[in-house]
Amino acid sequence: MSSDSKTEIVLPGDVLYKGKNMLPGRGTYRLGDEIIAKVVGLKAIKNRTVSVIPLAGTYIPKAGDYVIGEVVEIGLNYWLIDINSPYQAALLMFDLPEFVEKNTDISRYYDFGDIVFAKITNVTKTKYINLTMKDPKCKKLIGGLIVHITPSKVPRLIGKKGSMINMIKNLTGSKILVGQNGRVWIKGGKETLAAEAIYMIDKYSHQSGLTEKIEEFLKKELEKEAKGEINAEKEE
Amino acid sequence: MPKKKSEESKSNNKGAVRPDGRKVDELRPVKMEVGVIERANGSAYVEFGKTKVVAAVYGPEPMHPRHLADPEKAVLICRYNMLPFSVEDRKKPGPDRRSIEISKVIKDALSTIVALEEFPKCMISVDMVVLQADAGTRVAALTAASLALADAGIPMREMMSAVACGRANGKIVVDLTKEEEDAEDAVDVPVAMSSLTKKIALLQMDGDMTLEEFEEILNKAEEACSKIYDMQREALLNKYEKEGKEVNINDE
Repeated sequence: MSSDSKTEIVLPGDVLYKGKNMLPGRGTYRLGDEIIAKVVGLKAIKNRTVSVIPLAGTYIPKAGDYVIGEVVEIGLNYWLIDINSPYQAALLMFDLPEFVEKNTDISRYYDFGDIVFAKITNVTKTKYINLTMKDPKCKKLIGGLIVHITPSKVPRLIGKKGSMINMIKNLTGSKILVGQNGRVWIKGGKETLAAEAIYMIDKYSHQSGLTEKIEEFLKKELEKEAKGEINAEKEE
Repeated sequence: MPKKKSEESKSNNKGAVRPDGRKVDELRPVKMEVGVIERANGSAYVEFGKTKVVAAVYGPEPMHPRHLADPEKAVLICRYNMLPFSVEDRKKPGPDRRSIEISKVIKDALSTIVALEEFPKCMISVDMVVLQADAGTRVAALTAASLALADAGIPMREMMSAVACGRANGKIVVDLTKEEEDAEDAVDVPVAMSSLTKKIALLQMDGDMTLEEFEEILNKAEEACSKIYDMQREALLNKYEKEGKEVNINDE
């Protein structure tokens, strides 16, 4: 870790805090008086809660999350959706925004392999997951490309109040939708350049000043591209 | 047991305490690397002298076969495997009585630290492959497995390090080699210890000894385990340091 960054990498079993004035958050647990890290990640203290933001790991579904999923199974009145987690999610027929008649073949709405942007409504203790499409943000995704990042790094990709993702959207001119499960959908504009930037964020997420670095990278690449176009025109 | 006079005088002449010139509480040269297998969720390579082990972690993923899934917690699946060329005489490939037992004790040891209750109905598989064996393969495999689990981002209450201690040629020594293990008075005690609470998760014994000797072995093992933990720590942090350096090169 470079010396200028403020983030501290902790390992499982590291004592994060001694005393009873703080609460153990995500990625931590309490043992006697101490709060101890459970995963490899970055230590974060916020509102009297000590937590660790993991640097690796699979997506664990949470109610209220928006996810990008793929239809893998069609039942009589439900779809099973792969949401990049060990558990499959169910999308019930009456969670569609439109009214579905009885005895219709529901593959008319979503067929195998279709990609949906959906919201998780409920996760039970035994990890049964319900999805809904009754949300203005939710829709079927057609075209574009999907890139995968580590799910725990999604907040980093979005940035503070969307600073990072908006910057990428503005510079590349792409439509980008980010699922909390680590899938990112990109359509239009400079798709591959946006994907490259997203991969960079995934790889260097534990560094500070990343937004500036990514901005610099994108601007450099765009400049190169613009120059290339001018050269190509000259050659013609 | 009687000591071999000739051996003792030989080692005294050389000034070396052990056949390979180590001190009694000195580990073999250790090398650790995290993230060696790209397609695994987490992986690690651990080398203790001539003992070389790779561990890979896959999961949490849906339990297969389905009927073995536990609705309350994840199932930990450990596979310890020795490659045919890892030992002097070719070993018949595939699991045998010994490797099944070692897989079981490693599974029991790791189950004490992995937070399995966070992933109901899932399985977490840990594959350990011995590339080259020179005694202490189960402890090297356990050390690598602990690193690989941490690398995979699987929640663990603490880390685990393991070492084999024992008696060879009349001395209590740490991290035995095959040569020492074959000494006529040899005792081999593999010990696995958690990093924070210092709880023993694996303790086996091969040979006989007095209670005093056993206590000394345990003390030395604890010391060695904390040394190994420091190296594990360094190896894990090193992975992210390396990535940090790469970005600096890109900026230039």
